[in-house]
Amino acid sequence: MIFAAILAGGIGSRMGGTDTPKQFLTLGNKPVIIHTIEKFVINEKIDKTIVLIPKNFINHTINLINEYIGQNEDIIVIEGGKTRNDTIMNSISYIEENFGIDDESIILTHDSVRPFVTHRIIEDNIDATRRYGACDTVIPATDTIVESVNGRTVESIPVRDYYYMGQTPQSFNIKKLFNLINSLTEEESNILTDACKIFTLKDEDVYLVDGEVTNIKITYPYDLKLANTILEDGHD
Amino acid sequence: MINIVYRLKSPKFFEEAIDETELDGVIVRPTYLSICQADQRYYQGSRPAEVLEAKLPMALIHEGIGEVVHDPSGELKSGDNVVIIPNTPTQDDVCRANYSYKSKFRGSGFDGFTSDLIKLESDRVVKIPNDFNPYVSSFIELITVAYQGISKFSEIAVTPKDVLGVWGDGNLGFITALLLKVNYPDSRIIVFGKHLENLNLFSFVDETCQIHNVAQNLIIDHAFECVGSSASQSAVDQIIDLINPQGVISLFGVSEYPVPINTRMILEKGLTIQGNSRSEREDFVGVVETLKQNPQLFEYLEKLVTNVCEINTLNDLKEAFDKDYISHFGKTILKWNK
Repeated sequence: MIFAAILAGGIGSRMGGTDTPKQFLTLGNKPVIIHTIEKFVINEKIDKTIVLIPKNFINHTINLINEYIGQNEDIIVIEGGKTRNDTIMNSISYIEENFGIDDESIILTHDSVRPFVTHRIIEDNIDATRRYGACDTVIPATDTIVESVNGRTVESIPVRDYYYMGQTPQSFNIKKLFNLINSLTEEESNILTDACKIFTLKDEDVYLVDGEVTNIKITYPYDLKLANTILEDGHD
Repeated sequence: MINIVYRLKSPKFFEEAIDETELDGVIVRPTYLSICQADQRYYQGSRPAEVLEAKLPMALIHEGIGEVVHDPSGELKSGDNVVIIPNTPTQDDVCRANYSYKSKFRGSGFDGFTSDLIKLESDRVVKIPNDFNPYVSSFIELITVAYQGISKFSEIAVTPKDVLGVWGDGNLGFITALLLKVNYPDSRIIVFGKHLENLNLFSFVDETCQIHNVAQNLIIDHAFECVGSSASQSAVDQIIDLINPQGVISLFGVSEYPVPINTRMILEKGLTIQGNSRSEREDFVGVVETLKQNPQLFEYLEKLVTNVCEINTLNDLKEAFDKDYISHFGKTILKWNK
């Protein structure tokens, strides 16, 4: 089976000036998270879309889905975890309990605040994960990357051609991901904020999927303003 | 749903745009597209400045096929291959919808096919079999234009159809001659053109003829003009000279210039001039059926596939348009991966 996990576990602490988590703010005519869910729900290759959300927003999310998308048994809303990896683990545990995990099962994990993900990116994630077991969506770095450990002086300037900016989805063969996460020591677990990093740490290949410059993450108030502006521009 | 649309912002300059669309129609992922001269005129900026000002930014391309992603009605299945109908009626009219001012046309009045997804009413797609050649299928729309012109011709032509002349040795001339050969197997089909190397590809017709070298007593019953542009005038002149009384002249060639026509001889011969542009659902259904019944047509139509370009970036799209511009014959196919 193919699952999508929409990761909305965080409370959007970086989005200043509002109490509403950023995934619930309005983009065009709908909340950001609804736009994101729609992209996965219309893809009939994806069997279930699991939305992982802070506990006190679960009912709100269900209400929004009913209002904008309609009742849909392929969308499941459950509680996210404390960290990104905990949230992913929650989705995997849910899948294991309710559907079982076989060798072919894959999961596409996606930020709830990246509503501009394209159908092409989702399809490429499915293809790459089926073939290689894991993939990460990236775009080439455009700015020069500067490394500084002390935050005051430049340590090094790596060759930009070798650097990419990570987007989502990040997609995995579930069995492989499950086994790797369970093999982590507590120390490793604490430093692994990125699921693909688990694979690379354990010497497993992660295939690159081309992202899009438009596949932005709505993190700051400016991002939402920008997203709404380009959306209005598209309607002209 | 958010959709990413790739629009021509100004001549030779594409940009990403974000659009919001409801999920109340068939959602199609474009797979193979084909560049038309009309797209090229926007891309090169050769349309009048006021037209460019009014229509851009706009996604180009109105010839293409796609894969169904989602159909809320359940009529089409995810993964079905469909050809997309660019003409989009907004209300009923007394004329055919492809001539109605109440219709919009993709890649002309509103966004064409260069996007991540396309939302359509369910009657704007026609299912095609999975074994159809995707390159040829990408320009089914162009075939439907010839098809609807020939259908109308069949309804109005009253005199014999023994000799049918096609003017133009380009893509539309090739397709029109090929469809005439299928619809009128007993007629003598003669293609009139300028370029010998193009005419050599018309091996399926009864005769080809260079326009400056026409046999003296040659007479035709009906004519199909597929020339367009500044050469339209000389083509129409020659047709009026060679055509029998009460013949039908079907015009297909688009010209940016006003074309003077010898009305005196039109009156004298009692000729009918039939204009043709665009097509409607019945023409798409008709072409798909014709291709199913006559699979050998794919082999001929494949000769029109000149360039196949994989489009992964907007720069690839630009390069494909540039490549198409310098090709004198055939179609540029876009394998749409963007």
